[in-house]
Amino acid sequence: MIPELGHYALVLALALGLMQSVVPVIGAVTRDGALMRLANSTAVMQFVFVAASFLALTICYVTSDFSVATVYENSHSMMPLVYKISSVWGNHEGSMLLWVLILSLFGALVAVFGGNLPSTLKANVLAVQSWIACAFYIFILLTSNPFLRLAQAPFEGRDLNPILQDPGLAIHPPLLYLGYVGFSIAFSFAIAALIDGKIDAAWARWVRPWTLMAWMFLTLGIAMGSYWAYYTLGWGGFWFWDPVENASLMPWIAGTALLHSAVVMEKRNALKVWTILLAILTFSLSLIGTFLVRSGVLTSVHAFASDPTRGIFILCILVLFIGGALSLFAWRAPMLKQGGLFAPVSREGALVFNNLFLTTACLTVFVGTLYPLALEALTGAKISVGAPFFNLTFGPLMIALLFAMPFGPLLAWKRGDLYGAAQRLMAAFGIGLAVVVFTFLIEGRTAIVSVCIVGLAFFIMAGAVTDLIERTGLMRVPLKVAASRAAGLPRSAWGTAIAHFGIAVSLLGIIAAGTWGAERIVAVKPGQTLSLSGYDLIFNGLKEQPGPNYSSVVATFTVREGGETIGVLRPSKRSFATRSMSTNEAALMARGFGQLYLSLGDSEADGSLAVRLYYKPMVLLIWIGAVVMMLGGALSLSDRRLRVGAPKPARARPAMQPAE
Amino acid sequence: MAMTRKQRRLVLIGGSIGVLAVAVGLVLNALSGSIVFFNSPSDVLTKQIAPGTRIRIGGLVKPGSVQRGTDLKIRFEVTDGEHDIPVRYQGIVPDLFREGQGVVAEGKLEPGHLLDADTVLAKHDERYMPKEVVDALKKSGRWQEGETASAKGVTK
Repeated sequence: MIPELGHYALVLALALGLMQSVVPVIGAVTRDGALMRLANSTAVMQFVFVAASFLALTICYVTSDFSVATVYENSHSMMPLVYKISSVWGNHEGSMLLWVLILSLFGALVAVFGGNLPSTLKANVLAVQSWIACAFYIFILLTSNPFLRLAQAPFEGRDLNPILQDPGLAIHPPLLYLGYVGFSIAFSFAIAALIDGKIDAAWARWVRPWTLMAWMFLTLGIAMGSYWAYYTLGWGGFWFWDPVENASLMPWIAGTALLHSAVVMEKRNALKVWTILLAILTFSLSLIGTFLVRSGVLTSVHAFASDPTRGIFILCILVLFIGGALSLFAWRAPMLKQGGLFAPVSREGALVFNNLFLTTACLTVFVGTLYPLALEALTGAKISVGAPFFNLTFGPLMIALLFAMPFGPLLAWKRGDLYGAAQRLMAAFGIGLAVVVFTFLIEGRTAIVSVCIVGLAFFIMAGAVTDLIERTGLMRVPLKVAASRAAGLPRSAWGTAIAHFGIAVSLLGIIAAGTWGAERIVAVKPGQTLSLSGYDLIFNGLKEQPGPNYSSVVATFTVREGGETIGVLRPSKRSFATRSMSTNEAALMARGFGQLYLSLGDSEADGSLAVRLYYKPMVLLIWIGAVVMMLGGALSLSDRRLRVGAPKPARARPAMQPAE
Repeated sequence: MAMTRKQRRLVLIGGSIGVLAVAVGLVLNALSGSIVFFNSPSDVLTKQIAPGTRIRIGGLVKPGSVQRGTDLKIRFEVTDGEHDIPVRYQGIVPDLFREGQGVVAEGKLEPGHLLDADTVLAKHDERYMPKEVVDALKKSGRWQEGETASAKGVTK
């Protein structure tokens, strides 16, 4: 009964979605307020029905209802509850349901919190949002119905892919989808503006918080995915330039560019057409990401069972939306009033520089990701494009952009003073240079490029601090004045400085862990000692340990540093009988920002055990930096200037009542 | 020094073209130097690939061909049913590396068609076969459609 209810709820959501796709647009054309307002209630109800559908599927998983095909395929009655719940989206059908759940959530949020939007804009935005939703409802109902029943219910499920039986699955996909799908709002706003034929600075103010929110989630989602891959794949890598990773990186880069161009539009009423195009491209890249991951054209851990009809269906959605949006853009954009041009050396000039480099960098990732697919389709030759390609293309562009980054916030709007900005950055540059010399003396001349990038990271961090010092006048005015200025500084200024600081923190982690890490891959026998980077690991032996739906072999290593025991590492191997698969659970130990990383290989014939041991200096900074970036975004989001039309405090409000 | 509108536009367009040109240069340079071609074992023998080239090969681990040595050295043969290519590797092979199962190896081709691999990838799900392996097997006619079904996890 419950699966049928879930299925039915989804069909109802589709019906509401179809209504919302048409009625508000008619209302906007005929200026009929009632028709336009209909979208508010349908958007909320769509979310309610999709949520009900999602809840129904979750109940099927929690109660292990194996008469439902996807539950049978991806669950097991012995699995811990958290994995039963997260396996709802640990497969193609369920993950698409999560996709539309988040899509409808954003639609509902616009309906509820968009009270200050002009009514025609809001009606059109909700209609466009509903077009996307309908396309995916139909996709799910026709090709990926998660509620399909089996004729005979099996007694036991086939278990979730053991690689996915990890807390990471509970966090990574929802965060990533909140980011991916969140960009749909920017897209809907762009299309609505094109339909309206009207766009102004206020438009950018409405779009920016939504984009910022999506960007924050995507930042965390990517970082979380990277950390998950790092600890679960057993060889200590945190980014593989895998096409699926690139699929999430591209919308992130484009979204970052969009955030910055929207600032120019909001403040200077310029770059309008470009911002619209970026909004379309950002969500298009999200759709392309969904297509790449869900269609099975790529082989990856993310490609669940693939089915050609699904791929073609998503491709059709892709062509329809991206092609449609770009055609609409080509037709309507020339009618939009262009903003003014401006001096190259100015804040807006710096933001254009940012956009130019980010979009170009995004393009290189796009080429590197899709070139193998195109080449195979055209010539049949199969190639793999890996890290070397991206290090040679994406790398230099990002380095140039990052070097220029501290200058941007120090330039004034309209006409900046590059020489003045450079002067103010002298101290930051000095710090960067000192770090280069210092690192060079310690590490020697082996990795001169990495040494310079470490200096760059410190330059950026010091530059972000310089920005705040300049704004508060910390060194020039009394501390008290500076403190009150700091408190009065717009939160978006803090957000900028903190986010820029965060990216330097990540950069430092990426370079340090990638360059100065140490590794040993050896076979050890009980009692033997492994040494790496000043740490001694004594292998104490193996022990069997049963788990809820697996059996595991746990190895125990005592870790010593300078003769003193500092802890125990327990890497293990889990064998899942249902799928005759095993997974590797690496053991991690944080040392400052660095980590010791130990994972198990096979047992050798002579009773020794193959292990991989890594020391990754500064590796935690990669993800800490992402969190710092996210916090910067959150601060910026809380800036009250962004909350356009936030209820203004009434002048004559009665004295507040004390809370009881 | 105020710039005219025309000059400003020129700076913007010139700058964009400059950055794009640099990017195109970087991409072309990287594409010529750092990509790796994928081959089936039969391709390696028929295409006359020069020794020293970095390639990727895919196929099945030939049953009975796996030899483990000391210091985590391992040798095995990759087969597409027609031809076999011996592979040498040192390190820990993936959990799902097994005889008769799909595998992708990347490394330098040595004289005598031996692959000195630095990367060995196996499938990561018992229901899933690397696409490159499927294609290599299809090419040599060793692919049964029944396998497609089990690869998709529909049967059983």
